[in-house]
Amino acid sequence: MNQFERIKIAKRIVQELKQGQFVNLGVGIPTLIPDYLGEKKLVLQSENGLLGMGPTPPAAEVNMDLISASKAPITMEIGASLFDSSNSFAMIRGGHIDVAVLGVLQVDQTGELANWAVPGQTILGVGGAMDLVAGAKEIIVATLHSSKNGDPKLVKELTFPSSGIRKADLVVTEHAVFKFEEGTMKLVEILSDISVEELKEITGAEFEYNSEGTDF
Amino acid sequence: MGKLLKQSEFVKFIKDGDKLLVGGFGMSGTPLTLIDGIAASSLKNLTIVSNNLGEPGKGLGILLQENKLIKAIGSYFTTNRDAVQAWVDGELEIELIPQGTLAEAVRCGGAGIGGFYTKTAVGTKLAEGKEEKVIDGERFILEKAIKGDVSLIKAHIADHLGNLVYDHTGRNFNPVMATAGTIVIAEVDEIVENGVLLPSEIVTPHVYVDYIVKSNYVKKAGVFVESV
Repeated sequence: MNQFERIKIAKRIVQELKQGQFVNLGVGIPTLIPDYLGEKKLVLQSENGLLGMGPTPPAAEVNMDLISASKAPITMEIGASLFDSSNSFAMIRGGHIDVAVLGVLQVDQTGELANWAVPGQTILGVGGAMDLVAGAKEIIVATLHSSKNGDPKLVKELTFPSSGIRKADLVVTEHAVFKFEEGTMKLVEILSDISVEELKEITGAEFEYNSEGTDF
Repeated sequence: MGKLLKQSEFVKFIKDGDKLLVGGFGMSGTPLTLIDGIAASSLKNLTIVSNNLGEPGKGLGILLQENKLIKAIGSYFTTNRDAVQAWVDGELEIELIPQGTLAEAVRCGGAGIGGFYTKTAVGTKLAEGKEEKVIDGERFILEKAIKGDVSLIKAHIADHLGNLVYDHTGRNFNPVMATAGTIVIAEVDEIVENGVLLPSEIVTPHVYVDYIVKSNYVKKAGVFVESV
């Protein structure tokens, strides 16, 4: 379900990532990114204590003490290092990770995002979401344009609890790429067969654009 | 004089109402044998500080099923529906802390530091009631250090002194938990003679470790199973 769109978003984000960057991938769409890197090499950080995360091992080589933050078996790239959780979050919070690619529940038109709790439901999990929002040098949001029930996920104002005051830099959906600059959301690129007017209709947030729709 | 205990012996170091610092991320690096020992004991009203509470009936989830817990402090409880239900029913108090803040709070607890200012969670629900301070133009909140009565950790190999090394990402919260408990009990897969572990590879020096218990678990086909 939606897998085509999810892969499309992952592939577009790959274009934003630079060779050799230190990157933390959140749950959901971001976990698809390693499959579409091509020749590009990133240094992936896993917040449970690994820098230099490699792909899934064959079943015979699985070690359940070598897992990703999503608790899936992984391998280590050459040059990888292992460390404890406090060191891992010093790395994240201290601004040593170049890019965090995060899924969200909502992002508002200033770039503030919500990715940990739904109002009215039990709020019992935050994990490393707020640390990544507070500390990564650059935040790229990977999200479908609308939620399962059709509500826009790019909104004027958050109605879900905020993950922090730090704003995202870029958001990529199946329809468009937007960037956030000084509290303003700007259309960078349209990714689907859709006009700017149609895009405005399905986007809760207000955004700036030029006459071709792809100025910025 | 040795630190090695049988599984049946370590429980006497824990009292009703104690706060336990427990290592692990999911099931990895979780002291499953020590958890089984507590589950089989008469201990009650325990507070757990751990990233999560395992899964239903697995890892720390066992202690919840056995009604051993009154409170859990950690970052992610959603993966254990029993924990969610116990919270809804008012049977379990939960204190939610961002994962990096949890790790740093325990690190501070073990390092003689009373608290720290962090930018994580500033302006969110998790900052409510916490002191805020602007330092060099940036907003921070005060988080208090966390200490415990007993730390229950899981390492891969120990020597008889109690020096510890860990298995890959099984390290996770264990080294910080090892520093912040009044009594520290380490469950390990293997015990070697002193001098076998290289000084340069030891992650947790033995000064932190009071007792060692041999693990009853082995890894098999992607899960942890009892070997005895």
